[in-house]
Amino acid sequence: MTETPVLQVDGLVKHYPVRGGLFGRAVAHVRAVDGISFAIAPGETLGLVGESGCGKSTVGKAILRLVEPTAGRVTLEGEDITALGRAAMIAKRRRMQVIFQDPYSSLNPRMTAGDIVQEPLVNFGIGTRAEQRERVDALFARVGLRPDQRRNYPHEFSGGQRQRLGIARALALGPSIIIGDEPVSALDVSVQAQVINLMVDLQEELKLSYLFVAHDLGVVEHISHRVAVMYLGKIVEIAPRAALFETPLHPYTEALLAAVPVAHPRLRRKRIVLKGDVPSPINPPPGCRFHTRCPIAVPLCREVEPPLIANAAGHAVACHLRSA
Amino acid sequence: MSTTILGASLAEQPRRRASLLRRMRRYPLPTIGALLLILLVASALGAPWIATHDPFEMNVVDRLQPPNADYWFGTDAYGRDMFSRTLHGGRVSLVIGIAVAVASTIIGLVIGVIAGYFRLADAILMRIMDGLMAIPGILLAIALMSLTRASVWVVVVAITIPEIPRVVRLVRAVVLTVREQIYIEAATAIGTGFPRLMLKHILPNTLAPLIVQATYIAASAVLVESYLSFLGVGTPPEVPSWGNIIAEGRLYVQIAFWNILFPSVFLGLMVLSINILGDGLRDMLDPRLARRL
Amino acid sequence: MAFDAAEAPVLVVDGLRTEFATGEGPPSVAVHDLSFTVRRGETLCIVGESGCGKSLTALSILRLLPRPYGRIGAGRVLLDGQDLAQISDAEMRAVRGRAISMIFQEPMSSLNPVLTIGRQIAETVMVHEQLDWSACMGRALEMLRQVRIPEPERRLQEYPHQLSGGMRQRVMIAMALVCRPRVLLADEPTTALDVTIQAQILDLVRDLQQETGTAVILITHDLGVVAEMAERVLVMYAGNKVEEGSVTEIFDAPTHPYTRGLMAAMPHLGGGQGHRGRLNEIPGVVPALHARPPGCSFAPRCPLVLDKCRVEAPPLLGVGGTHAAACWVTAGNA
Repeated sequence: MTETPVLQVDGLVKHYPVRGGLFGRAVAHVRAVDGISFAIAPGETLGLVGESGCGKSTVGKAILRLVEPTAGRVTLEGEDITALGRAAMIAKRRRMQVIFQDPYSSLNPRMTAGDIVQEPLVNFGIGTRAEQRERVDALFARVGLRPDQRRNYPHEFSGGQRQRLGIARALALGPSIIIGDEPVSALDVSVQAQVINLMVDLQEELKLSYLFVAHDLGVVEHISHRVAVMYLGKIVEIAPRAALFETPLHPYTEALLAAVPVAHPRLRRKRIVLKGDVPSPINPPPGCRFHTRCPIAVPLCREVEPPLIANAAGHAVACHLRSA
Repeated sequence: MSTTILGASLAEQPRRRASLLRRMRRYPLPTIGALLLILLVASALGAPWIATHDPFEMNVVDRLQPPNADYWFGTDAYGRDMFSRTLHGGRVSLVIGIAVAVASTIIGLVIGVIAGYFRLADAILMRIMDGLMAIPGILLAIALMSLTRASVWVVVVAITIPEIPRVVRLVRAVVLTVREQIYIEAATAIGTGFPRLMLKHILPNTLAPLIVQATYIAASAVLVESYLSFLGVGTPPEVPSWGNIIAEGRLYVQIAFWNILFPSVFLGLMVLSINILGDGLRDMLDPRLARRL
Repeated sequence: MAFDAAEAPVLVVDGLRTEFATGEGPPSVAVHDLSFTVRRGETLCIVGESGCGKSLTALSILRLLPRPYGRIGAGRVLLDGQDLAQISDAEMRAVRGRAISMIFQEPMSSLNPVLTIGRQIAETVMVHEQLDWSACMGRALEMLRQVRIPEPERRLQEYPHQLSGGMRQRVMIAMALVCRPRVLLADEPTTALDVTIQAQILDLVRDLQQETGTAVILITHDLGVVAEMAERVLVMYAGNKVEEGSVTEIFDAPTHPYTRGLMAAMPHLGGGQGHRGRLNEIPGVVPALHARPPGCSFAPRCPLVLDKCRVEAPPLLGVGGTHAAACWVTAGNA
């Protein structure tokens, strides 16, 4: 990649203190995100997958600075935004937007659909009121809503329509990258397809980049150019889509793919089922964090944390036993 | 799932289009409360015109008359007309109820928002509120009275101060819940600044519970005013209020029970109607809660 | 299948109609004339999107419809010949948990947070069987072992919040199966779980079913889960059964346009759709309960719709084998 990445993340860390004791001091830390790095090129979609509690949603929020990162650097279009003050950060929000998972709670129930989509324009004082309204109408039309629906309240929309409203709101400021935090996982299959298609169309039309955080591997395979797999706050594998799904290297990626239900009853198979649960991110296991559930772990895995090493094709894996 | 979708569609559709009349039919009890309250308020406001006598005029000849055609509610020990005094007494209660409700709501709202939004302020403000809550209103009133001259406004202050912490806690709780909502995060992400975030996204959520709380505060203020007046530390004796009318009447209760009966009934009805209205408002403003009942 | 297919079905649902009172006007019909059977040891998957009536079907069978709005308007629910729609509330309580059990999507809210796991399972036994407490706890322990919970003795003394989501769902399954029910109703049992945990739970349900011969009705929106688990499949849309058949019949030759649309809308691993090709969209949304169209309820969204579809609802028409679909175009010859 010779182009400047739209978004570059270096060594991002987010620890949440666990308070306890008499004076509410931090007695431990939840290591939600524990040093991850990646970059997203213009017009590219990076899928970020992992199971609940692996920290994938926290990555999105820390990049947006909806939570303050503990350490690390986030570079948006060549500018470090981790140290920006409140006002400077607000200005940067024009370039980086977000779509949330829950289309019900991410829209203020007391505002009309039109006001919701217009609000970002009002915040940045873009255009006159009339121009703003025109822009809202155009956005409504673009995401497949009727302009006369702007007077309706969120509860009068279906889940898919609400997600379209969320997308329209994110597009209003003309961002270069949109972070989708499980944007389709609350939707029914037929509606999910509508929203995925819309996101793909918009990307091609507006040269958007996406960070697509999701747990559904089928959806991620469909929409992503590259995919990163997270386990307990770390990226264990990151690779172009085809490489990751066809030749997964990390045993966790393999297990994750094997666990996905088959597409046809004739493909039923006896699979390797991962034993046990994800360990607590408060006290992650030493060495490789996956060694407690790994079918191929060796003593080294318990002691030394494997680094994430990439090959020339951009396929990186963090495993002592497998290399790209 | 499917059941909630159904529930929502059943409850929300009529809610937006219902006319006032239909609403009144749907909520009969609050309607009765509201009508009763309107009647009481009208009688208090209209006291100078409705009253049959001057409430201060003493007719020593007609002392302790039972209710009759001339004195509808009878007379007190000074021969003053109880009907007129009871109506005029309502004016004091009304002023105090409204003043306390408005003052404690506004002050409580401001403090509550600050406590709910700023962590550091929260710790300090809430300890102060805990302290305020520990002060008994009656003692506070007595203390204030001994410092200043007795007046209706001192009573208002004395009742308002212990009510403030309740409002603060309510507002703070709402702000704390709402600020965790995803749409607040969404608003931050589209560059919404703090003032707008407060006014457009957070404060509207406090409105409904505040209105309900304000009615309860008004009812309790009316009651507390009469306690204080009864104890002689409230409304100055020359102003008729239900509390000091009852206090004066208690000396003659065995020979002239009406001196206590009528102001008590009015006081009871006023408090009851406000509370019924408050309950009704709560149900109407929070249809989710009403559906569960 | 290890069990005799000719055996009489355990559960027969015949012409089930579930209604909701709407205040004024006629009641809304949430489940419309639904019939199906389940045999011993068989897995029937009821598949459909939210609002299709699949969960209400389960609640109707167990007579757990939200009162006072919901009720069974017509039809029979025969468990070993006994009509559950007719028996008293007390008799129904004896059936729930003993003859028919249910597991729900959200295991945390289905478990009592202030009671230990052991106590909750043992109480289920206590309610239905004349056993003393230690025998009930013994059964609970045995059941935890059977659902493969590690260190079952310790877990017995723990509270729900001390367990992970997957463990809680195992506890729910243990509680559901402790009285050896004839039928297990599972409503989206793995939807709230991660894929690796989902795989564990699905394997567990399958193994336990083989050991005990319990008939399983698995309610899901996930066609992948259907492909993994089902022997027979019932597709529901807007309160109607639109297609039914064996799992291979349905997946080999989906017949109803809704089933076809659903399959094409789902991105799946190595799905052969080609990267970032367009997913099939089903335009529009499921009609609201009180605004269902006359005729076929899928007609407003159907790509193959005929004039006839908007007027007359198609009956279930056989398309060979056990496979049937309710469509004038693809199943009938209109």
